[in-house]
Amino acid sequence: MALLSKKDANLILDPLADNNPITIQVLGICSALAITAELKASVVMAISVLFVLGVGNVVISLLRNVIPAKIRIIVQLVVVAALVIIVDQVLKAFAYELSKTLSVFVGLIITNCIIMGRFEAFALGNGPWKSFLDGIGNALGYGVILVIVGFFRELLGSGTLFGMKVLGDPVAKTGLYALGYENNGFMIIPPAALIVVGIIIWVQRSRNRALIEEA
Amino acid sequence: MKEKLHQLKLKYQGKKMAPAFNALHTFLYTPNETTHSGGHIRGADDLKRTMNTVIMALVPCLLFGMFNAGYQHYSAINGFPANFDLFEHFLTWENFLVGITTVLPLVIVSYGVGLAIEFLFAVIKGHEVEEGYLVTGMLVPLIVPVDTPLWMLAVAVVFGVVIGKEVFGGTGMNILNPALTIRAFLFFAYPTWMSGDKVWVHGAKDGITQAGSTDAISGETVLGYLAQGNTDTGYSLADMFYGFIPGSVGETSTLLIILGGLFLIFSKIASWRIMLSAVLGSLAMGLIFNGIVDAGWLPEYSKFYTLMSFPYWQHLLVGGLIFGVVFMATDPVTGSQTNKGKWIYGFLIGFMSVMIRVFNPGYPEGVFLAILLMNVFAPTIDHYVVKGNIKKRLKRLKTATIYPKVSDEEVDALKTETA
Repeated sequence: MALLSKKDANLILDPLADNNPITIQVLGICSALAITAELKASVVMAISVLFVLGVGNVVISLLRNVIPAKIRIIVQLVVVAALVIIVDQVLKAFAYELSKTLSVFVGLIITNCIIMGRFEAFALGNGPWKSFLDGIGNALGYGVILVIVGFFRELLGSGTLFGMKVLGDPVAKTGLYALGYENNGFMIIPPAALIVVGIIIWVQRSRNRALIEEA
Repeated sequence: MKEKLHQLKLKYQGKKMAPAFNALHTFLYTPNETTHSGGHIRGADDLKRTMNTVIMALVPCLLFGMFNAGYQHYSAINGFPANFDLFEHFLTWENFLVGITTVLPLVIVSYGVGLAIEFLFAVIKGHEVEEGYLVTGMLVPLIVPVDTPLWMLAVAVVFGVVIGKEVFGGTGMNILNPALTIRAFLFFAYPTWMSGDKVWVHGAKDGITQAGSTDAISGETVLGYLAQGNTDTGYSLADMFYGFIPGSVGETSTLLIILGGLFLIFSKIASWRIMLSAVLGSLAMGLIFNGIVDAGWLPEYSKFYTLMSFPYWQHLLVGGLIFGVVFMATDPVTGSQTNKGKWIYGFLIGFMSVMIRVFNPGYPEGVFLAILLMNVFAPTIDHYVVKGNIKKRLKRLKTATIYPKVSDEEVDALKTETA
């Protein structure tokens, strides 16, 4: 990491594991539950949030000295809204089918607690470069969990990955299905995401006991 | 044997695998350890005794389920016997053989997988193996269709025991009934294997045909049949009561379940309050629906018509209602603890079971959903019952006279202290 100082590198690396926005801070859960039934949607959502949070953090950081404290939430909302609309329009233009799958959830990035949380907690008090790194780090931490959840839910629920039939064809009974395997319908419904996230939290905290909160 | 196990246990004492050996030892024999000081009263009704009593109550249902698996299988192929004779048509070796080959593997997988996980968690966490799975392992094969694939059952058992029980801290700490968690998982994960007309009779999924025709055999549960808008179930009331109908392995025989329930009540293992109030609850809901139909508020073309007009007391004979009420709702861990709470808890289970049955044709069997829902609410019910009790007593305290008569200030001080 010659490119970044150790402190800067930590801004990116911390949210990936020990300070993960989803599993440690338990933020942004709603979208993690709603759109992770397919891996593709998870990846697109992760990239969208990466863009919004990366750029948004820089913008807020640049404006931090001119925003009056009393109306800062409104200013933050305007910035997020502008960025989210850009993402939404780009998706509609270049990946229409996908934007239909993600439907309202792209628009709802605006309410993603991680974004407002980083604006408030970091961008308002730090310079643009650091804010950028922090935004990227948190968005990646969010994205990693989304992709893991999406991977397991799509693989077990539909037997596919990115829409490719990796386990064989359930209708023609090839591959695993020839042996009597069946897709797990439970993984498709949103409560399954809650359980998968819960298991990730469980695994993470039993590997690193320092993360366990005091009861 | 006992000596050997004891030595084995001593050898592994303090080692990692100790809980596993302790469990084997105490499961088979009384441990050698005695208490050394003071007077200890030993209750004979420990957890193991409780569990064994429930299992004894379940054994008749299991045996009946085995014979019924064969009976339904052969009846679907050859048609139901015209002059039914219990010994000639039901308690036959042929029927039992089908039962052994279909039901017994379910029992073995359920116990094998479930106990393996119990042992694993006990070793990891370093606590003793608890007996909680003994009853769950027996209940699970009784509440699934005969032809449930064994790997599905194994997956569901892993899910149910880990997510339903171990993450909460193991036996006695779980919020949801593990057996029902397993059933619910199976239902939502593999709906085609848990409902419809192809799963309740052994062989129907494989396309075995009826004798002398090319029609594949099928068997619909009474509830499933009604949910599709048919009125005549084709089964007599006696069939439903004795249990000669298709359904999950152990849930069909109302007679044997009631006998098991009475046994549990007399041995004071299960709460009669929950059972009675659940029966009352289901009757109440059934009566309401019957009343709506009788009053002519519901047109005959409504998709709820057949189930709503189903005589209220017959709800107790079909499906898993009575089985759930007797063996699942009364689970002392997940049910309400207070007496008043038990009445409310049981009543709502019966009430909602019938409601889900009627209003959601997708879930012709609403009992497991109703019990799981009330499991979640049981602590809340208890909380308010206890609170109400405290309030009542505080009120009584306000008007109480305290003897010997002292000054008013002292009385007030005493009262606030108690409050």
